[in-house]
Amino acid sequence: MSETGIKKFMRDIPLPFCPGCGDVTVMSSFLRAVQELGYDNLSKFVFCSGIGCAAWIPSPHFTADTIHTTHGRSIPVATGVKLIRPDLNVVVFGGDGDLTGIGLSHLIHAARRNVDLTVIMVNNMIYGMTGGQVAPTTPLKAKTTTTPYGSYERPIDATRLVVAAGASYAARWTTAHAEQLREAIKKGLKMKGFAFIEAVSHCPTAFGRRVGLKTIVNLLDWFKENAVPLEKAAKMSGKDLGGKIVVGEFVHRELPTYVDNVYAVIKEAKKSAKKS
Amino acid sequence: MTTKKPRSNVEFWQGNEACAEGAIAAGCRFFAGYPITPSSEIAEHLAIRLPQVDGIAVQMEDELASLGAVIGASWGGAKAMTATSGPGFSLMQENIGYAFMTETPCVIVDVQRAGPATGQATKCGQGDVMQARWGTHGDYAAVVLSPNSVQEMFDMTIRAFNLAEKFRTLVVLLADEIVAHMREKIVLLPFEKIKIVNRRKPKQEEKAFFGLEDVPPMPFFGEGLNVTVTGSTHDEYGIRSTADPVTHRKLVERLVGKILKNADEIVDYESHNVDKCKVGIISYGCTSRTVYETMELAKKEGIDTGSIRLKTVWPFPEKIVKKMAENAKVIFVPEMNLRQIFYEAQRVVGDVVPVVPVNKIGGGEMITPEELLAEIKKKVR
Repeated sequence: MSETGIKKFMRDIPLPFCPGCGDVTVMSSFLRAVQELGYDNLSKFVFCSGIGCAAWIPSPHFTADTIHTTHGRSIPVATGVKLIRPDLNVVVFGGDGDLTGIGLSHLIHAARRNVDLTVIMVNNMIYGMTGGQVAPTTPLKAKTTTTPYGSYERPIDATRLVVAAGASYAARWTTAHAEQLREAIKKGLKMKGFAFIEAVSHCPTAFGRRVGLKTIVNLLDWFKENAVPLEKAAKMSGKDLGGKIVVGEFVHRELPTYVDNVYAVIKEAKKSAKKS
Repeated sequence: MTTKKPRSNVEFWQGNEACAEGAIAAGCRFFAGYPITPSSEIAEHLAIRLPQVDGIAVQMEDELASLGAVIGASWGGAKAMTATSGPGFSLMQENIGYAFMTETPCVIVDVQRAGPATGQATKCGQGDVMQARWGTHGDYAAVVLSPNSVQEMFDMTIRAFNLAEKFRTLVVLLADEIVAHMREKIVLLPFEKIKIVNRRKPKQEEKAFFGLEDVPPMPFFGEGLNVTVTGSTHDEYGIRSTADPVTHRKLVERLVGKILKNADEIVDYESHNVDKCKVGIISYGCTSRTVYETMELAKKEGIDTGSIRLKTVWPFPEKIVKKMAENAKVIFVPEMNLRQIFYEAQRVVGDVVPVVPVNKIGGGEMITPEELLAEIKKKVR
């Protein structure tokens, strides 16, 4: 990745990812986004992540303040950091298991509160680090190590959930759409309020090989074939959308934000304290 | 701090209210919590008071998020706290281990109620003592304070913050429903006379934020120091090392050691007549209030009692308990649970003298002085 100049944002530590991991695509998309926004270093960023492969993207690989929390709790920790240091860009990296499994309630509440965070969810549709168990995002009928006869659960649509909960920004792309992904990350970082970027990501090791998509190329082709732009999806029936990945910018709106609201309380409290 | 609540030096406060004011006096400027009886007044009081002093009090979606936000705020540079009761304390156990492992100073107030499970939500209990010691998984050293009055709800909240900051660890104020909900006179020192400890920040050349000395300096986020915080085993510089046996041993032994080595400084107790007594009583929290009167009643009956009140339950005040065992013929341990500190007292005393449990649970009913005296008389006469 050195040719792109993003190595300056990284510690000189070997990456932990399996060969062909989509996390590297997301990592470089993020760092290129940061570079294109004009940052020379990450001193104005704090990265919070939970447990799972995607949590290792920033921690400890980014030369920045990073906090690798308990499983699912990256968003609450990030909320605490952001409230005390509203001047910093607080970014959460997490997998689909971390953010829509064990940590789902925090994701919904942070979107509802419109907490000023950028949350990047790397959705590989599987619990990868633990060896390929079914996740809340696993497609129906997909074989995993804990659904050997195929998944019998409907997958969650995290991006639509976050939109419904009240986030300022939400977009979904796949690792076959690195450029759009980078642009979405840039928008997310520039936005006030809660910005959610879902990156549907290829995991040949723990997901692809059990569903007949053994190589990165197989997976990326599958993403391209099944990705449906939001505008087109609007005209399609629910039945036709089964198994498709709807991509695009789902919402981009100005809404009151959590940090502003909390700091307004301080002003109000001081005013009323003076009166009494 | 811009606004200080004008106050007289004597107030009539509720325990939870005193705890909240103690937190503010200690410099706490961040609270995140989830409503739970009998601790909710702490959250309610801080929701009014913290923003008046440029602080933040927020309600989270659950206890896991509450302690998570507290940990984040602490790394952001704030003194931070949460308050809960048994069920919430159970939910916090994973993040308690995380705060310990990452050396994140913060305070949890656990206002105990009768458990297990939902138990009797509004009624007092002392059943979380062992959970406070061993609740999280893995090896751990707990610092747990036990107040027995409204005054101590104030004073010990300050001490909890001071210990958390000094030793860079999580401290639990293990209160109970009775101490938290009663109202009493409280005498307040002027702010400038209250001793406040703040975490040591690193000097420019100091880069080992997670080792090299018992209590390493703690950087804040946002100062360009590239701090790497992780709950995984890590080296002195915060870099993960998930397989090396030496790194793990060194880290966890230091974390436990920094508490145990400093036990003499951390340990606090109140003792009466320990040198001479024939009958010893070890108590803590609300139950200790029964002991004062029991001792008066015993005196009238010619029974010579001595008492240790544990102001820190963890680390356990071993030395004074051993001293009591040198003189007393029998030691009683009254508590509102079915034997917890009893076992610790027994471990310390060994076979030197008998240790007798006196236990009562349910309905928030305290052990009465008469009941405790009756138990003493069964063994003494």
